[in-house]
Amino acid sequence: MNAENKVERHTMAVLVDNEAGVLARVIGLFSGRGYNIESLTVAEVDQAEHTSRITVVTTGTPMVIEQIKAQLDRIVPVHKVVDLTTETHAIEREMAMVKVAGTGEKRVEALRLSDAFRARVIDTTHTSFVFEVTGTPEKIDAFIGLMRPLGLVDVSRTGVVAIARGPEAM
Amino acid sequence: MAAQTMTGAEIVINALVDQGVDTIFGYPGGAVLPIYDALFQQNKIRHILVRHEQGAVHAAEGYARSTGKPGVVLVTSGPGATNAVTGLADALMDSIPLICLTGQVPTHLIGSDAFQECDTVGITRHCTKHNWLVKSVDDLGRIMHEAFYVATNGRPGPVVIDIPKDIQFQSAEYAGMQNVAHKTYRPRVKGDIEAIREALELIANAKKPIFYTGGGVINSGPVASQLLRDFVQLTGFPITSTLMGLGAYPASGKNWLGMLGMHGTFEANNAMHDCDVMINIGARFDDRVTGRLDAFAPNSKKIHIDIDASSINKNVRVDVGIIGDCAHVLEDMIRLYKAKAIRPDKAALADWWKQIDVWRDRKSLSYKASDEVIKPQYAIQRLHELSKGRDTYITTEVGQHQMWAAQHFPFEKPNHWMTSGGLGTMGYGLPAAVGVQIAHPDALVIDIAGEASIQMCMQEISTAVQFMLPVKIFILNNEYMGMVRQWQELLHGGRYSHSYSESLPDFVKLAEAYGATGIRASTPGELDAKIQQMFDTPGPVIFDCLVDKKENCYPMIPSGAAHNEMILADDEDSASVSEEGKMLV
Repeated sequence: MNAENKVERHTMAVLVDNEAGVLARVIGLFSGRGYNIESLTVAEVDQAEHTSRITVVTTGTPMVIEQIKAQLDRIVPVHKVVDLTTETHAIEREMAMVKVAGTGEKRVEALRLSDAFRARVIDTTHTSFVFEVTGTPEKIDAFIGLMRPLGLVDVSRTGVVAIARGPEAM
Repeated sequence: MAAQTMTGAEIVINALVDQGVDTIFGYPGGAVLPIYDALFQQNKIRHILVRHEQGAVHAAEGYARSTGKPGVVLVTSGPGATNAVTGLADALMDSIPLICLTGQVPTHLIGSDAFQECDTVGITRHCTKHNWLVKSVDDLGRIMHEAFYVATNGRPGPVVIDIPKDIQFQSAEYAGMQNVAHKTYRPRVKGDIEAIREALELIANAKKPIFYTGGGVINSGPVASQLLRDFVQLTGFPITSTLMGLGAYPASGKNWLGMLGMHGTFEANNAMHDCDVMINIGARFDDRVTGRLDAFAPNSKKIHIDIDASSINKNVRVDVGIIGDCAHVLEDMIRLYKAKAIRPDKAALADWWKQIDVWRDRKSLSYKASDEVIKPQYAIQRLHELSKGRDTYITTEVGQHQMWAAQHFPFEKPNHWMTSGGLGTMGYGLPAAVGVQIAHPDALVIDIAGEASIQMCMQEISTAVQFMLPVKIFILNNEYMGMVRQWQELLHGGRYSHSYSESLPDFVKLAEAYGATGIRASTPGELDAKIQQMFDTPGPVIFDCLVDKKENCYPMIPSGAAHNEMILADDEDSASVSEEGKMLV
């Protein structure tokens, strides 16, 4: 497989006007043109300007990735699109809440492992914990994998947020 | 202008007037009654009542494409909006600027499954460039002007403004044409000068160059067409065009190779295949044009000028992409070409033309003449011959007749050829002709149609009669959905599944029933006189031209094949399609 056909994973930041339907436009673009969404997060980032930032993780060949960026860019309420993977050196984080139920040995083991992941306990009963864990998606995958045999019952993940290193805005 | 207080309906009318709109196409209904009432009480805007909302949109497309101005449509909520969807999708594919105003149920009923409610912005999101649901009357004036800006700037396209009925009644201040600049949407028109220099470097060293131009040149306006003509003359390069770009360079021009693509000429497609430098101006490497992608112009460097960044490297990877408006980029290109005193390689170019002439001599558009039956190609040639000297506009439906029209009716000027290129919408031609005729009342407007396509928006003949529009509907009647039949012949063993036009109406009587004139021609001998009779008839005419039922449209690049694997009319018996080709449309 040559470089042109290699499927890559890219994280894009999309700054949009926070108007009705803007998220549907972005998601509709991906579904309508058959692009993948691995993760998508959105929240308002500037109340005064009514702008929201969408972070989308997608996969595709370099030509598809370039196309996704161009397609995003021409959505009317989109201010700016940055391919964080190619254009910047970016930091990615994801947060998850992980519920583990159980007693005895397994419960102790879950707590011990959570410490290694710097996960915080944000809710507890005699038979359960809810952990809050932050990190790269891979770290969260690893944590969830470890919890599975220890009584994992529920997971809620935020999806990836990302920002470029250094002093510049996107 | 000082701000004035008026109703939402009046804001709509005033904003349209401020945008220079004098004609709109529409159909009334419950959710747009206040706007229709405001229309009734003014005389600056003429309303053309169509017979179906799809017709309104196509008519607005015809109006837009023949004038260069945006077309405006007014329809009601629910079915009014959904009927408009095909036209909107058509306009999106062909980059036609339209503003479609849809009525909506009153704000407090939205989401309640009210009578004639549908999620218009949701449904039209994928077939418009942008759309708005007006939630407050205070936003209406701004949105109206923003909509015109978005529809006409950058790559043009259709937009929808969905206006709930209560908003049409409410009052607000209308401040006129202010702040039309858009907050986020500011497409660039000037091309990057470095990229233009790179392109010129390729052009200067080209041995087998070709211009491949498209609808973008037409959309850019008459200046772009003129600059294109200048540049072709300056370089001496051959030029071909897509279906959408016909007329930007005159068909009588000596560098013209004819249309390219699936039903393009032998010389255009072979020149595309063998070229070493391709200069794509305002075309988009559509699959009808490229054929098999991995065999598309394999030994060429490609330059692509397009106003839409997403067109560049979408289907075909290019060497130099220039994002900008054709006219601006061509202007810079010509200026730098002259400043650098670029001289094309005369000897190489002469060899290239010699090769092209060999392809030309193949006369790929020829067909077997007949004095017994009317050949469809012959009918179009006669139509052209007899219409010479008139200001003629051609619209078409979709199918064989459309391709024959593109092949056999030469266009000398831009904006005189209206056809559904991207979406391929049967039923486009008649309403488009209505729109063209409204914009050009004294012109000769002909819808070259097929007997199947014409029935898809047949009802618009009634519009033509009502507004005394002398459109000429020239039906090449072969009693088949000809292109479907041709593919069934080629791909499905001649099993003509449902492609025979059963139970056809008597088109002459049909014309008469509508209050138009019907004419029928069935032999080549009577064709000229009948065509003349059609031209001499003052009102709308349906011309039922009975043509050879079995004629196929050649040349043809079968799906899944390359540009140099064309089927020509004289070797149609050996035509075959690869297994992968059969999967393609």
